[in-house]
Amino acid sequence: MNDSAALYAVAGVILFGMGIYALVAYPHLLRKILGMNVMGIGVFAVFVALAYRGPDQPPDPVPHALVITGIVVAVCATGLGLTLATRLKALTGVAQLTPDQED
Amino acid sequence: MTWENSLPLLIVLTSLVPGVVIFFLKESTVGVRTTLNMFGAVAKLVLIAVMINGLLNETTYETRLPFLPGIDFVLRADTLSILFCILSAVLWLVTTIYAIGYLEHSPNRSRFFGFFSLCVSSTMGIALAGNLMTFLIFYELLTICTYPLVVHKGDEKALRGGRTYLIYTLVGGGALLLAVIWMYAIAGPIEFRDGGAIDAIVEGARGPLTVIYFLFIAAFGVKSAIVPLHGWLPRAMVAPAPVSALLHAVAVVKAGAFGIVRVTYDLFGIDVANDLGVLTPLMIATSLTIIVGSVLAIFQDDIKKRLAYSTVSQVSYIALGVALFGPLGSIGGIMHLVHQGVMKITLFFGAGSFDETLGVTKISQMDGIGRRMPLTMAAFTVGALGMIGVPPTAGFITKWFLGTGAIEANSHWVIGVLILSSLLNAGYFLPILYRAWFKPQKGDWPSEHDFGGRFETFWMLLLPPVVTGVFSILLGLFANLPVGLLYWVRLIVLREYEL
Amino acid sequence: MPQDLAFWLPVVIAVPLMAAVLAFLLPRAAFPISLGAALITSGLVCWAALAAVNAGPATHTVGGWSAPLGIDLVLDGLSGLLLVLTAIIGLAITVYAHGYFQPGDDLVKQHQYNFFWPLWMFLWASLNALFLSADVFNLYVTLELLGFSAVALTALAGKPTVLKAAMRYLMVSLSGSLFYLMGVVFLYAQFGTLDIRLLSAASAETPTLLASAALITTGLIMKSALFPLHFWLPPAHANAAAPVSALLSALVVKGSLYIVLRLWLEVFYPLADTVAPQVLSVLGVGAVLWGSLQAMQQPRLKLLIAYSTVAQLGYMFLLMPILLKNRDDSTALAATMSFVFAHAVAKAAAFLSAGSILHALKDDRLTALSGLMKKMPVTTAAFAMAGISLIALPPSAGFLAKYQMLQSALTNGYWGLVFVVIGGGLLAAVYIMRVLGPAFKKVEPYGAESTSKAVHVPLVMSIPTLALALLAIVISFMGVYLLELLAVGTPWVLKGGL
Repeated sequence: MNDSAALYAVAGVILFGMGIYALVAYPHLLRKILGMNVMGIGVFAVFVALAYRGPDQPPDPVPHALVITGIVVAVCATGLGLTLATRLKALTGVAQLTPDQED
Repeated sequence: MTWENSLPLLIVLTSLVPGVVIFFLKESTVGVRTTLNMFGAVAKLVLIAVMINGLLNETTYETRLPFLPGIDFVLRADTLSILFCILSAVLWLVTTIYAIGYLEHSPNRSRFFGFFSLCVSSTMGIALAGNLMTFLIFYELLTICTYPLVVHKGDEKALRGGRTYLIYTLVGGGALLLAVIWMYAIAGPIEFRDGGAIDAIVEGARGPLTVIYFLFIAAFGVKSAIVPLHGWLPRAMVAPAPVSALLHAVAVVKAGAFGIVRVTYDLFGIDVANDLGVLTPLMIATSLTIIVGSVLAIFQDDIKKRLAYSTVSQVSYIALGVALFGPLGSIGGIMHLVHQGVMKITLFFGAGSFDETLGVTKISQMDGIGRRMPLTMAAFTVGALGMIGVPPTAGFITKWFLGTGAIEANSHWVIGVLILSSLLNAGYFLPILYRAWFKPQKGDWPSEHDFGGRFETFWMLLLPPVVTGVFSILLGLFANLPVGLLYWVRLIVLREYEL
Repeated sequence: MPQDLAFWLPVVIAVPLMAAVLAFLLPRAAFPISLGAALITSGLVCWAALAAVNAGPATHTVGGWSAPLGIDLVLDGLSGLLLVLTAIIGLAITVYAHGYFQPGDDLVKQHQYNFFWPLWMFLWASLNALFLSADVFNLYVTLELLGFSAVALTALAGKPTVLKAAMRYLMVSLSGSLFYLMGVVFLYAQFGTLDIRLLSAASAETPTLLASAALITTGLIMKSALFPLHFWLPPAHANAAAPVSALLSALVVKGSLYIVLRLWLEVFYPLADTVAPQVLSVLGVGAVLWGSLQAMQQPRLKLLIAYSTVAQLGYMFLLMPILLKNRDDSTALAATMSFVFAHAVAKAAAFLSAGSILHALKDDRLTALSGLMKKMPVTTAAFAMAGISLIALPPSAGFLAKYQMLQSALTNGYWGLVFVVIGGGLLAAVYIMRVLGPAFKKVEPYGAESTSKAVHVPLVMSIPTLALALLAIVISFMGVYLLELLAVGTPWVLKGGL
């Protein structure tokens, strides 16, 4: 792993952390879902950076295959999250995780 | 499976299977339920008789199933287990008759008899358990199955009594679990054996073994109501009379006492226990229980409560006999396992009949009851005299052997305890007898119930106390018959002391 | 014949997967399809487990490409035990759900009924795939599939409370998976492979391995709701429909737990001497205490059972230090797996009983449960048996497991754990008796008529509930067989010479 790949990897880790922050800190569900996506992108960035094997060699194909799979999974997750969020907004009027009333 | 190694399991199943089936019966199917119960009880007695015969011919009866690697589920018949089996089986039969009469027309009878049979099965399992694991399983099963019986009436008081009962027994169960696991951890997969499973104390094991022994005593002390662990027993008296009679005079408290006997003789071995120096503390604790229980009994006006404190006191005779290091004391203790059961169940039957027939639940209401219910009161009187230890009742035999055992063990102060307790017993039983026989009736009975017929009460309530009352005398008169109780207990003690 | 056995491994995944698709396309025939798939899958799994006991573990190389390039499916004792567990509980829940979601002419219920079957079959397929995967990335995919179907099933109940719970569940599940995936990336960076057996052979104590272990474990204990990351579990498990609650508590949390065990045993074992196993054990202690204390205060039955799950999950991490340090002594693994089995069966029975109670009384507040023994004797009996197992009184599956735990803790000198396990049982007794104590209360003949007579629960619900509850008792006499299955293909010989 050379410097630029390392840079990618570090950037990925930072993205991962920013995603966690967004997930925890923002009450709006859309932001939380976006936060999760940022986390995912962070992981993928690290993975892709790993595949780099120097200028003379082709990159390792395995991480690429895995990242594509990961992206598909992330799309599904986003879809599920958005569906839940819109349904919740329709029922309660807010897209936030308000504390439960005793019902 | 051969006959020899399925017989112990069958003895447990003869009450377990009817019990489970009864749960699914409708309330109204009295006939089927009674037949099932009676069939189970009689079948059990027949099987036990077969087993006694086999044991006298040195046959081994053992059911062994794999439980966990290294630990089996073992039911095994030996002289000691047979004693507890026969006691529980006979008294189960008698109590079933009594319970059918007592609970006539009351709700939830299927549930009651179902759990009742499960309790008896657990008692059989405790008696026949061949190792600690099997013992533990049935011991806790007994706790679970008695709870619904204690709370049977379903009112606030019953639920409170049940809660107290569970708290005591579950904490005791936790102590037992710890003791069992610790024992397995230091001694390996040992099983009960005549004379003890531990041959000698390994260096460094003395401390743990002593702690384990006291854990066992604390665990069993809850069920056998050793002071200060006796608090649940008087409160559990909210249960219907047959439950108090069989379970709180025989099955539950005896399970604890039997546990002490089993663990001392067949796990540690009496010599190892003596070597550990744990017998003297046990002797002190039981002596204290005998005195404190009797003193507390004097202050109770409720008949069942007085009997309950009397149980607290009397059950400790068994453990006292164990603690007296020597064959004579052991004979006294083990015989009392049977004697106390037969005598105390008579008393509880009587108390239940007074309540059911006349609504009498307090001693202050008993004036002149001897004239109204002479046969029941006569049985009650025999039981009471037995508790005091008047010859020729069974209770006298116990105290005789315990007394000579105390001399043999050089623990002369125990004789003082025995005398004091007899005086106290007289102190709380004789006033009852005096009121019942010699005082005139005061006004109407609280709520008299006319059963019709020729007898003083419903025959199913009358027969059981009379039968057990007669037993209490016969056990005293004919203690020394060939193949009688004393013969059998002597056989047990000879094996335990490896004489 | 291991060759044949290996051939059937993908079938165990494919059958429920196909059933999911068919049930989605043909909603009218969804139940017969699912029941058929459930029967076939359960039959196959039990046969496969028996075959594995006799012939040893089996490996299927998907598409003929073996590791490191391809993906392997491996059946050994650890996965076999969980497959069997899933099959038993899955079958019972399939039958029960048919009664529970019975739509009648209610459109909302019809909707729930229609969607339950494909989602449930999908969840079953993902669980089977998860247990059989021998590849850390494949585990990630199955973990996500499991999470998605579980979240969707939770949301099925449709109320705002449950949607919020599902949303929280989704976020925890998803971020947990991403933590896990990040850990997988680190593993690949260090060892260049994703196959567990190859990782196992190459594993060595390095900073990367430590980082990977930290990421993966954090992610997975979030998904397994180990204290203090359990906050999402009680609302999700308590508000979902009862069959779903049973699935979530009994099976879904076990998926991530399985990966924790598998990876620590096979890949992260060089880290056994770090503080990590101790930390997990301490968190387990926290879970036992906190979960039990919370369960004692819940006003509703399903919340109580959900907090009981929090407590019981703690036990599954208690023995981690023993499990990892003494690899030649497998009693800790046997105890933990027995506990997983016991908890799943008992908890499923408890949630199904709670579902029947809710179905019949329309109320699961504890105050409404007086005299339950009279009203619903079979359901109460089932709950009582499940409760006995949760308290771990003998004879029950819970006792069998806790006995082994205590034995393992005591022989290894972990006295603290001994007291936690015994004390935890007493705490469980307290919260279980909050339900069973009033159940014996005499119901007055006057007052609300709904309380005075027995309430009808359809047989299709009461039979599976009772069957699971009975199993929770009967398993206590099947310990040797469970351990025999667990021993298949494990490198650690079970003590006692199985």
